[in-house]
Amino acid sequence: MSVLPEYPQARSCPFHPASGYADYAPVSKVRLYNGREVWAVTGHAEARQVLLDPATYSSDRVHPHYPALAPRFESARKVRNFIGMDPPEHTAQRRMLLSSFTVKRTNALRPRIQTLVDGLLDEIEAKGPVADLVPDFALPVPSIVICELLGVPYADHAFFEHQSRRVVTGSTTLEESADAFAQLKAYLDELIQRKQREPGDGLLDTLIAEQVATGGLTRAELVDIALLLLVAGHETTASAIALGVVTLLEHPHQLAALRSDPRLLPTAVEELLRFMAIADGIARFATADADLAGHRVRAGDGVVVVIATANRDGEAFPSPAAFAVDRGARHHVSFGHGVHQCIGQNLARAEMEIALGTLFRRLPGLRLARDLADLPIKEAGGVQGVWELPVTW
Amino acid sequence: MRISADQGRCLGAGQCVLSAPDRFDQSELGLVEVLDPEVPEGDEQRFRDILDLCPSQALSLEA
Ligand code: HEM
Ligand code: HEM
Ligand code: SF4
Repeated sequence: MSVLPEYPQARSCPFHPASGYADYAPVSKVRLYNGREVWAVTGHAEARQVLLDPATYSSDRVHPHYPALAPRFESARKVRNFIGMDPPEHTAQRRMLLSSFTVKRTNALRPRIQTLVDGLLDEIEAKGPVADLVPDFALPVPSIVICELLGVPYADHAFFEHQSRRVVTGSTTLEESADAFAQLKAYLDELIQRKQREPGDGLLDTLIAEQVATGGLTRAELVDIALLLLVAGHETTASAIALGVVTLLEHPHQLAALRSDPRLLPTAVEELLRFMAIADGIARFATADADLAGHRVRAGDGVVVVIATANRDGEAFPSPAAFAVDRGARHHVSFGHGVHQCIGQNLARAEMEIALGTLFRRLPGLRLARDLADLPIKEAGGVQGVWELPVTW
Repeated sequence: MRISADQGRCLGAGQCVLSAPDRFDQSELGLVEVLDPEVPEGDEQRFRDILDLCPSQALSLEA
């Protein structure tokens, strides 16, 4: 028997997918850390097929067949919220949140995000180079935004940023992630109880009034939803902003094109999302036998949709390895597809547009203060990106 | 052709509003609303591409 390629594999360049499974397109078997064999779906059409069919390809994270892509996934089984549920349970929870994430509501946050970004850049300029843009810029933008949206005190950010990082990092052990989840849950439970006594005006307060008070959600369910929003809302976007800076700096002609025509900003952000694919891959399991690109998938089989390679499928994106700020393609699967497609995607777009647009406008001489090859890259099997981003200008 | 939207399937990703804000909006509940369903002749492919981006297959074209 031949040895199967492993999933996940570490990237050697932070914005290119690991090359190890590109040869197995569009669907092939790979081996997980625990020896389990699962299907890797690397083609774009096949990725969409899986993600559009939640009846066949389940997201139920509690189910023993749901594949753990890394040890820490095992402890995620104790967190129950809609990212890990199938319809109709998923749909009922997601709908409770939709009104806070419409295009209109997220656009209304833009002036606040702009003020926040300007303030952070004032501090960076006042301090002078060298700045590490991860802690000084990329992380605080989404972290403050999601805190204000939820009604979580930003004063506690060091605590939950640290714990969230332990939840989404590839190398986190099972024990560490279990501890991080327990601490985040305890923190949010206490916060929610405090809000029940003294209501504020965040999304959590709305959900307490509209759902917990009426029996639509238990307090424990709200804790798990709050955990999802807090973690998903800042680690992903922080990685996308920091890696976006790196990607633009490493493609100077594209950066120049963007600078000469700032109206390209929305398509540039869309292309960054496609190209970087910071959520490298997402897991499902088959609930019934199914055909997938000529393969027979059996009920119970694990499936990993490899977002990073689906976004580089030449059938869907001409010259897929080229980074082109004017590509104008929105059919990438960086936010997933189907019923779980990212609820925060328009918030993420707004944060990326304002953060990157303002940064390159205010610091026209921006450049890396360290070679690309020496930037510490996030581990395989987690949100992708760089741990540090020293820059000068 | 006319655009038809199924609010029962919509999950509020807002892709349609991003693609064609003159045609789509989202209600207070975050669900799709079609502002103008008429698809001019010759524009069908553009709208098929827009509808194809909807992650919950809530939008379709009808004769
Ligand atoms: C309640 C908690 C959680 C929330 C809200 C959450 C949310 C997210 C979101 C939105 C993403 C980006 C999309 C995705 O790839 O699914 C993500 C990525 C990821 N999350 Fe979570 N997640 C949670 C728990 C976990 C847990 C418990 C683990 C592991 C134990 C985990 C592991 C990952 C990994 C590995 C990725 C990136 C996938 C990859 O690159 O292969 N997440 N998470
Ligand atoms: C660039 C930034 C982001 C990326 C790449 C990203 C990526 C993703 C992906 C791939 C999924 C689908 C997971 C799956 O199908 O299993 C997802 C779901 C989700 N994301 Fe994001 N996300 C980002 C930002 C955000 C933000 C800012 C928020 C919150 C405010 C957020 C909240 C969520 C939630 C709640 C889900 C679960 C949706 C559901 O299951 O219905 N994400 N995200
Ligand atoms: S794109 Fe589809 S899911 Fe998203 S708001 Fe429009 S109709 Fe609803």
